[in-house]
Amino acid sequence: MTIPGAPVLLRVRNLKTYFVTEHGKGTAQAVDDVSFDLYPGETLGIVGESGCGKTVTSLSILRLVPEPPGHVLPGSLIEFEGRNLLALPAPELRAVRGNQIAMIFQEPMTSLNPVFTVGDQIAEAAIIHQHLSRSAARARAIEMLRLVGIPDPDERVDHYPHQLSGGMRQRVMIAMALVCHPKVLIADEPTTALDVTIQAQILELLDRLQHELGMSVLLITHDLGVVAGHADRVVVMYAGRVVETAPTDALFERPTHPYTEGLLAAVPRIDAPRTRLHAIPGQVPAATAWPPGCRFHPRCPYAWDKCVAQEPPLLEVGDEAGHTARCWLVTEPERKVSKR
Amino acid sequence: MGAAWLLRRLLASVAIIFAVVTFVFILIHVAPGRPCPETVERAVCEELKRQFGLDRPLPEQYWRYLVALAHGNMGNSYANGRPVRAAIAGTIPFTLQLAGAALVLDFLLGLGLGIYQAVRVNRIPDVVLGNVTLFIYSLPTFWLALLLLLAFGEKLRWFPVGGASDPVLCPVVHSLFCVADRLWHTVLPAATLGLVGAAGTARFQRAAMLEVARQDYVRTARAKGLPERRVVLRHQLRNALLSFVTRFGLAFPFLLTGAVLIETIFAWPGMGRLAFDAILLRDYPVVTGTALIASVVVVAGNLLADILVGLADPRLRVRAPTDVEVVTA
Repeated sequence: MTIPGAPVLLRVRNLKTYFVTEHGKGTAQAVDDVSFDLYPGETLGIVGESGCGKTVTSLSILRLVPEPPGHVLPGSLIEFEGRNLLALPAPELRAVRGNQIAMIFQEPMTSLNPVFTVGDQIAEAAIIHQHLSRSAARARAIEMLRLVGIPDPDERVDHYPHQLSGGMRQRVMIAMALVCHPKVLIADEPTTALDVTIQAQILELLDRLQHELGMSVLLITHDLGVVAGHADRVVVMYAGRVVETAPTDALFERPTHPYTEGLLAAVPRIDAPRTRLHAIPGQVPAATAWPPGCRFHPRCPYAWDKCVAQEPPLLEVGDEAGHTARCWLVTEPERKVSKR
Repeated sequence: MGAAWLLRRLLASVAIIFAVVTFVFILIHVAPGRPCPETVERAVCEELKRQFGLDRPLPEQYWRYLVALAHGNMGNSYANGRPVRAAIAGTIPFTLQLAGAALVLDFLLGLGLGIYQAVRVNRIPDVVLGNVTLFIYSLPTFWLALLLLLAFGEKLRWFPVGGASDPVLCPVVHSLFCVADRLWHTVLPAATLGLVGAAGTARFQRAAMLEVARQDYVRTARAKGLPERRVVLRHQLRNALLSFVTRFGLAFPFLLTGAVLIETIFAWPGMGRLAFDAILLRDYPVVTGTALIASVVVVAGNLLADILVGLADPRLRVRAPTDVEVVTA
């Protein structure tokens, strides 16, 4: 539900987040020159396998990367409503965190503080950002628990996290993130730790809340199935780089980057004949030593000398708006001959 | 944690105390040396031995001691004939005063330093303090006591070198001046015990804070836009204090064993010195009596710590209801 012509809400440009490794000998280039835009009201999916830099990207937006060992390089830009979050003084940044941009995490088990009631934890952001009184904040917490579909919210508000199931805890996390009605919700693998039926419930809940509250969602996941049903546009990341961006439908119909192709082929399909599941050979290389040229070439079935020598830029695919891929195949489609 | 748990713990505590008493009883009797010095005439010695029942076989002596103990009688001192119970009771206020002052210094200074170091982790103040606390923690308590005594008692003459009060001006506390006098006498022994304790507490607390700092919920607190102060002092500290409560229980044995040396060096009329003197004199009933009281304190301290952890940690205090959906991880 992107509003055409609407101004960009969150603009990420040339984001580089590096980590100094243990003995100070190497630098892990976890996020290496990532750019994307988030528009009001849309859901943007960021997809990639473990170690591709998607979580570090999301943490970098709110400057939650532990520093040291991590640091965001100068020249990176994270612009929210015209302000560069990377240059904001700490108090102004805090006024954005949890208030305008909120975040939910992968592990609802460990992301809630075990010694405070869920009500306390939901109310906290409202007290800090909206200066609600304790009783008003508590009433708001109960209201939020009801909104995220927790039964008996008046009772649950005084419960501790360990008294709730995994799905309930993730609902509490969502209630906590949305208590100040943020404009952007960053959801980092919100359903990975949950079982499949609970997963579907949580994703439906996020969809419903997005429509009710009119926020934008940055949905970070390794699961293309999650993206298919819930994202408007998709950014595919590999080895710290954006390798393909496209509207969700276009991505599934015409995956252009061989990595995206591989990811799609790896998704089990209920309607396909029963064959061996495809797997992309090899694994993501170490972030301390990305391969030269195209970073995917060691795993790519089509790679030729040019891919080793020169890294492609993000190239426009056909004349589709907003479909780009970081692959020489865009300019030389005749090279698409599998060597394997 | 319920009544059954408490009952089990209490029974175990009694068993531990009983074992300690037995062990000390045997140990002090098999140790070389006798209550009767060699300078005393042999006939007098035999008579005294008969009087105190020391001529009986050891199992019988042990049995008699236990029977008397069951009646609340801890025996009489061989050295001065005073009931052991009264002798110990007279020293307890002094030991409490010293241990209390040391404990306050230990916890306030130790917690403060530990939290400060954790906030400044791996920066210069943390590294400096880390080395200083390690140094102090490694010092033998008695050696630090002698050092402080030499510097502040002997050279600078800021504090008295021994005793719990001025024997001439304040044999008993009868005025505000004497309260000040008591406190003034407490400074050096309490500082010795407190400093070594604080160094250990600081190292412990720093580690506990850093352990918690890595937890996801601390990141969640930051993501909510809470001020750093609130993140550290509420979300982080509250969890780090859970493990600190356990340390509170461990502080008792440290303070008591430390007190034996410190009270002796500073001529402090506490239970530690009573025990020390009794060991030198082979005053069996006093040795066993002080060991009994010390073991009660240690066991009670640990029990108290367990109860406090149970009260402070909602995961132990509030049981998860059984009717919720199965937790999926």
